[in-house]
Formats: sequence, structure tokens, C-alpha cells
Amino acid sequence: MITLDGLTKVFPAPDGGDPVVALDGIDLHVEPGRIHGIVGRSGAGKSTLIRCLTGLEKPTRGRVEVGGTDIASLEGAALRAARRNIGMVFQHANLLDSRTAAQNIGHPLEIAGASRAQREQRVAELVELVGLQGRERNHPAQLSGGQIQRVGIARGLAAEPKVLLCDEPTSALDPSTTRQILRLIRDLRERLGITVVIITHEMSVVREICDDVTLLENGRITQSGSLLEVAADPHGPLSAELIPLPPVPTGIDATVINCDYGDSETLRTSEDLVRLAEQHAAEATIVAGTIETIGGRQVGRVQLALRPIGAEAASGIGREQLAQLLGELEDRGVVAREVVA
Amino acid sequence: MSEWLSNPVFTTWGSNTSLWSNALITLYMTFATMAFTVLVGVPLGLLLFETERSRTPWVRWVNRVVGFVVNVGRSFPFIILIIALMPVTRVIVGRVTGPNAAIFALTVAAVPFLARLIEINLREIPAGKIEAVQMMGASRAQLIRQVLLPEALPGIVGSITTTTIATIGYTAMAGVVGGKGLGDLANRMGYQSYDNVVMVATVVLLIAIVIGVQALGSQIARVVDHRARS
Repeated sequence: MITLDGLTKVFPAPDGGDPVVALDGIDLHVEPGRIHGIVGRSGAGKSTLIRCLTGLEKPTRGRVEVGGTDIASLEGAALRAARRNIGMVFQHANLLDSRTAAQNIGHPLEIAGASRAQREQRVAELVELVGLQGRERNHPAQLSGGQIQRVGIARGLAAEPKVLLCDEPTSALDPSTTRQILRLIRDLRERLGITVVIITHEMSVVREICDDVTLLENGRITQSGSLLEVAADPHGPLSAELIPLPPVPTGIDATVINCDYGDSETLRTSEDLVRLAEQHAAEATIVAGTIETIGGRQVGRVQLALRPIGAEAASGIGREQLAQLLGELEDRGVVAREVVA
Repeated sequence: MSEWLSNPVFTTWGSNTSLWSNALITLYMTFATMAFTVLVGVPLGLLLFETERSRTPWVRWVNRVVGFVVNVGRSFPFIILIIALMPVTRVIVGRVTGPNAAIFALTVAAVPFLARLIEINLREIPAGKIEAVQMMGASRAQLIRQVLLPEALPGIVGSITTTTIATIGYTAMAGVVGGKGLGDLANRMGYQSYDNVVMVATVVLLIAIVIGVQALGSQIARVVDHRARS
């Protein structure tokens, strides 16, 4: 549905310095009907990417294809027509204060030249779709943050676009409203089969609704794949963000190891790890950990405290035993290492 | 007291010295000036705003030239402007004296003033809202009609009110070209004839007109303003 091919955007230097490379050879493919998250720190190039996708910015090099149309090559009326295939949802919704909720939702149709009757019918459908019944005549100033974003989403969907681009759609919302809005976006994908691209810096958003995720750093893609692949790859930069490392525990008189699992075929749960550790003449206890179930599969980082069997308050296990255990974990695809407090 | 009541300034109607006729002339000059000023000043403000954002070199030049003309127009002391404009006024209005000649000079003075205020009003619209509508595939004309003007409307109403009140003040100087009106009356019958009663009466009437215009403008701005009150 979306294909980026070597997308590069260089901005001329602001005052005589080096030109700024905002995007540097981005290759990305988004399949129809997927929810694709694009994450990265501010300045990573997320905003420039969105502006290139909607043709507000012309790429320096490379191709931008949305729904089979090469956006970058279009100008004038053809570009305006292509933009109608892309619905946008913004962090602050960017509704017009001079329009009511219904008028804001119907705005893309008005621009496309739909008749008043068509518009009214479609707006009524959309109001129901996003759950805004009874608020149609309110101006944005009379709506809550969550309601405003519902209007924003309905407006994004009004012209029946193939792609919904969401730029930090929940970053200005409180946690419970965020959950409602994310549930709405997922619902809409199920019901309409629309392709969704979500730009965000919140890992919780990625965990909650994305099928695929791409990490952008300094204008380049540093990791990209399905959420499971990315989360389960303990070497990748995103797994640590998606499944944060537990803090180093204090006051434990034992050998402590960190284990990242999710990639392993034989060790699929934290209990499997404990069982394996206990085969190495040790008592193993989970002292800290983060466990997520993504796509029906457990992915986690846990910390195990290891003590010799039978020793009441003795300290850690022997070096030899530890080396054996770490070796065996490594063989089975678990990334493990000793934590030195 | 009885002297005031028999003063022709207060008792006559239709004469050069009548307070009431001159009040009407002031109102006529003000509102006719504002009709022309809105017609020219709002599009000029839009032009200033739209050409400023452009990346095309010749459009940027249009912006610089229009900006310069507006600045020159705003720098002229009004009394000088009236006199300097006389040859042009003769061509356009047909004569250089009277209220209609004054309306021309007043419009030339008010248009650049309003245009700058409109430009400021348009700049206050958050850029994200304009881009959001651009991303929907809006043309420039749609953007102006559906976003710029309606979103800036409360501010535009305020700018028109401010310009109207400035114009009322300028009408006083229109007496120089025989424009008549309240300011001229205060000058001729009040100041130059040492008639304090007439002078105070005209000033009080001017104050009442200004307060009325401001109240009306504020009320309209309130009705069209749907932004959150903060």
C-alpha cells in the first residue's frame, strides 16, 4: 500500500553550514491492512517522512508511492487529488475552531466537491463510527481532548482514504483516553480494512496496536519488522525499549543473571528458564522481570537469583556452574549475562 | 442654559454649523471610508500574508513591493497625505473639497493600516491547521475561503473596529479640505470662535460614537468567536 524507495530529503543549510540530511535512503514497505508504527526520537526524521508521504515536501531523491500513485512526481490538481487518498490524524487534531464537529468531519468531502446531501449522510455514518452522537453541533472548544481526537479521526476517514496517517495521535491525551483512541483505531482497521501508519514516540502505543514497527534514527531505518520479530530480537535496539530491562536489584545475596528470551524455541516461558537453571545445582528465583505476550507468544526479560541447593543464606553459585548455565542458555537462543551489582 | 438652547449649533438642521448635520456627515464619511477600506484592505492583507510564505522568487518580490507601498502609506502624516493626494483626488473624485474628496483621502490612509492588521490576524492561525487542510487536498482558493478568513474572523472584526475608530479621528482633519463633520465643527465653532460649550458638545458626541462603534465591534467579534475562552 505504501512503498518508499531510497527516500532521501536534504534541507539546505540554514546559514552557510552543512546541509541537513533529514531522511537518508529510506526503504519501507507497508502491506495493505496493517498497522505500522514508526518510532524514533524527535529529530529522527518522523515529521519529514509524513510531509513527504503527503506531498507537502518534495523528496531530494527516491520514490514515494501510496496506493500505487507516485506522490513525489505529482503537482497541482493531481497532487491535491492524490492527497484525498490519505487521511491524516494529528497530535492536536488541528480542527478548525470556526466549524462545528460535523462541519469539521465533512470538510474533506466539501473540498472534494461532494453535494450537501452526500456530505450529511457520510458525516452521520462517521459520527456513529467514532461514537460522537449528540456532539455534532458542538464547536471544538466545547469538546474534551478525547472527543476532539475522535472528530480528528472521523475527519481523516471522511473521504474514504486507503491510508490513515496518524502523527502522534495520542501524545496529548491522558492514559485512559489514549487506550480508547487506540482501541478505536484498531477497530476501524478491522471494520474498514484500512492501512494505518502511526508515528509515535510512545512504546506503549506500539505494544498496544502495531502489527509492524520501524525504528528511525538520524534519518535512517535501524530496525524494522513485525512487532514479534523486533521485540524478540534481544540484540536489536527496539527490544530494550519495548520490553524494558528490570533495574538491578539490591540486597540480594546471590548470583544474579539477566535473561532475554522470546527468540528461543525450547525456552518459551520464564518457568522454562527456572527449570533449566535448577538443573545446574542451583535454586533459581525470579526477582524482577518484564513479560509481554505479543502475537500469542511470550517475550520477556527476567532476572534470576541463583543459590546453591540447600544453602540457607549462602551467596552465589560457583563460577564453573555459572559458566555452564550461561553457555547452555546461549545455545538455546536466550541472551543471558551476569549482573554485577 | 437658555443661551445654549437657542444656539443655532444645537437648534438648526441642515446648516453648515448644525451639530446634528455635521454628526451625520462624520458618520457618512466614516462608514463610506470603511466600506472601501474593507473591500481593498482585506484582500491586500491576504496578499501580504500569502506572498510572504511563498518560496517562488518573483512572489517574494511582490511581497516586498506591496510591503514597501503599505509602509510608505502608513508613514505619511494624514494632514500631509490629504494635500499630497489632491491631484489624484481631482482625477478620481472630480473635486478636491467636500466629504467625498475626504473619503478618498481617508480610504488611502486606512487601507494600509487595515491591511497590516489583517496580515497579523492571519498569522495568528496555527500553521498546523492550514497544513491539515492542505493535506486534505484543498486548493488555494478553498484554503482562503474555508480556513484563513473564517478562522481569523474574530480578529478581523477587531481590526475593522480599530480601523473604524482611527478613521473617526482622522475625519476631524478632513475639515482642511472642507470635509465638514464633527471635528471640523469643533475646530471652527468651538476652538477658533472660543465657544467652549460647542467644543465640549462635539467632543462628547464623538466619544459617544466611538464607544458605540467599539461596543458593536466587540459584540460581533464575540458572536463569531468559537475559540476556547482562556
